[in-house]
Amino acid sequence: MSYGDALPSLAEVDLSVAKGEFVSIVGPSGCGKSTLLRLVAGLRVATSGQLTVDGDEPGHSQTKAAFVFQEPNLLPWRTVAGNVRLPLELDRANAATNNASNKADLKSLVAQTIRRVGLSREDAAKRPSELSGGMRMRVSLARALVTDPDIMLLDEPFAALDDILRQQLNEELQRLWWSKRWTGLFVTHNVSEAVFLSQRVLVMSQSPGTILESIEIPFDIPRTPELRADPEFARLTGIVSGHLRRAADFADGGKAGAEVSTAEGTT
Amino acid sequence: MPDTSKSKLAQVLRAVAPPLILLVVLLSLWQFSVWWFDLKPFLVPSPFRVATAAYSTFGKLAAATKVSAAAALSGFAASLIAGVVIAFFFSQSRLIRISCYPYAIFLQTVPIVAIAPLVINWFGSGFRSIVIITFIISLFPIITSTTTGMTSVDPELLDLFRLNRASRWQIWLKLRLPNAVPHLITGARTSSGLSVVGALVGEYFAGFGVNDYGLGFLIGRNTSQMRTDELFAAVIASTLLGIAIFGAVSIVGAFILNRWYDAK
Repeated sequence: MSYGDALPSLAEVDLSVAKGEFVSIVGPSGCGKSTLLRLVAGLRVATSGQLTVDGDEPGHSQTKAAFVFQEPNLLPWRTVAGNVRLPLELDRANAATNNASNKADLKSLVAQTIRRVGLSREDAAKRPSELSGGMRMRVSLARALVTDPDIMLLDEPFAALDDILRQQLNEELQRLWWSKRWTGLFVTHNVSEAVFLSQRVLVMSQSPGTILESIEIPFDIPRTPELRADPEFARLTGIVSGHLRRAADFADGGKAGAEVSTAEGTT
Repeated sequence: MPDTSKSKLAQVLRAVAPPLILLVVLLSLWQFSVWWFDLKPFLVPSPFRVATAAYSTFGKLAAATKVSAAAALSGFAASLIAGVVIAFFFSQSRLIRISCYPYAIFLQTVPIVAIAPLVINWFGSGFRSIVIITFIISLFPIITSTTTGMTSVDPELLDLFRLNRASRWQIWLKLRLPNAVPHLITGARTSSGLSVVGALVGEYFAGFGVNDYGLGFLIGRNTSQMRTDELFAAVIASTLLGIAIFGAVSIVGAFILNRWYDAK
């Protein structure tokens, strides 16, 4: 439940994610999926309960976390390369060793990351307003990946894109995950997207926000586009959808959650 | 399709011609009324007489315009710098913002003609006092617009900066300040117009006893000496100065938004 500006509250959430695992979270609107991601990122602090990332409090651990928002959230006054470079500029440990060779390294790292998300050298000099929605999301991915994160937290990043573009970016994301094997926590409304990308899909309910089901997705990794035509893929998508329906019904019958945020989990 | 350059010219003509024709009609009416009602030149000089006065005193007028422009631009520049510095502090703490804001509004609402004599009392006659008066009148729009720009930052962008463990200073320099640029330009346009008002009011009160006088002083002297034709010429010069400064700031602002900010 959301009370005005207050965040949706979470009840007991028992969640552990293994290193290098890709886990999706689906659930009805307002069930606290985004809140959970922000707790893991250390952007919000739990009022009660315990949450550890690699054995430390979020935001304090040595684990590098990167966040991809639903909106690309690019700085309009910076070029694509400037936007991707931003996390490196903000890293003060990096700035301390601000010599010429380090600068050249960072520059090539930025260029390389932009290439990795499928953007061209010409795109690097463009402003966000010159790009399509899909390209802007690629820039947002590059900005998250440039710091070589251990955990990627993705909050419905492809929700605003049309279906074909969404599929293409799913494949791109799978490839990016496979090449570096960061831990992925992916929030979405889209069940087939969740099944395609993840090794495990968690179904959340609202009021109070809690995890109802955890469904293993046993397909080989990395996933390929052909998987979408597999009857087993359709079967699993159906199962997850069924759980999601039950989660929504559960919410309708459930009572409003107490305003206590509890989250437990380890990676 | 007709020749586009030709139709573009026609478009410009259609926009410019009506006000120009109206101007000619009004000037003729003015000239005719002065002759028909036999109005005294010290009350209402004819347009022809004003033009003659402007021509014969052109050197004096140009020199005064230059002095006024220097005062207006100095006060405007000072208000730009001080306004951004004040907005920086306002953007850093809500407590500072709510504590100081009533006094910033005081700055805006106090009539400039009421405090001009006070400023002259403290800082003496001449250029310095005129710049201070200009500064006071130009400051408020810069403070409010820039503070708005620095505080109206997308919360998710703030999250992005915090996630990357950005310092307060980095958040200000790389997020709040660039975010405020379009707001600052809007405030600067308002202030640029006000700066000419400030300079003229300042000169009207504090422009005595100096060899280099501005338009405000000229307006005051022409009024007291009943040289109404020269007064009209000075008023027109003041208006043109205001348009020039406002236009220049608008052009620079549009250029910055286009080239650097990605206006969209």
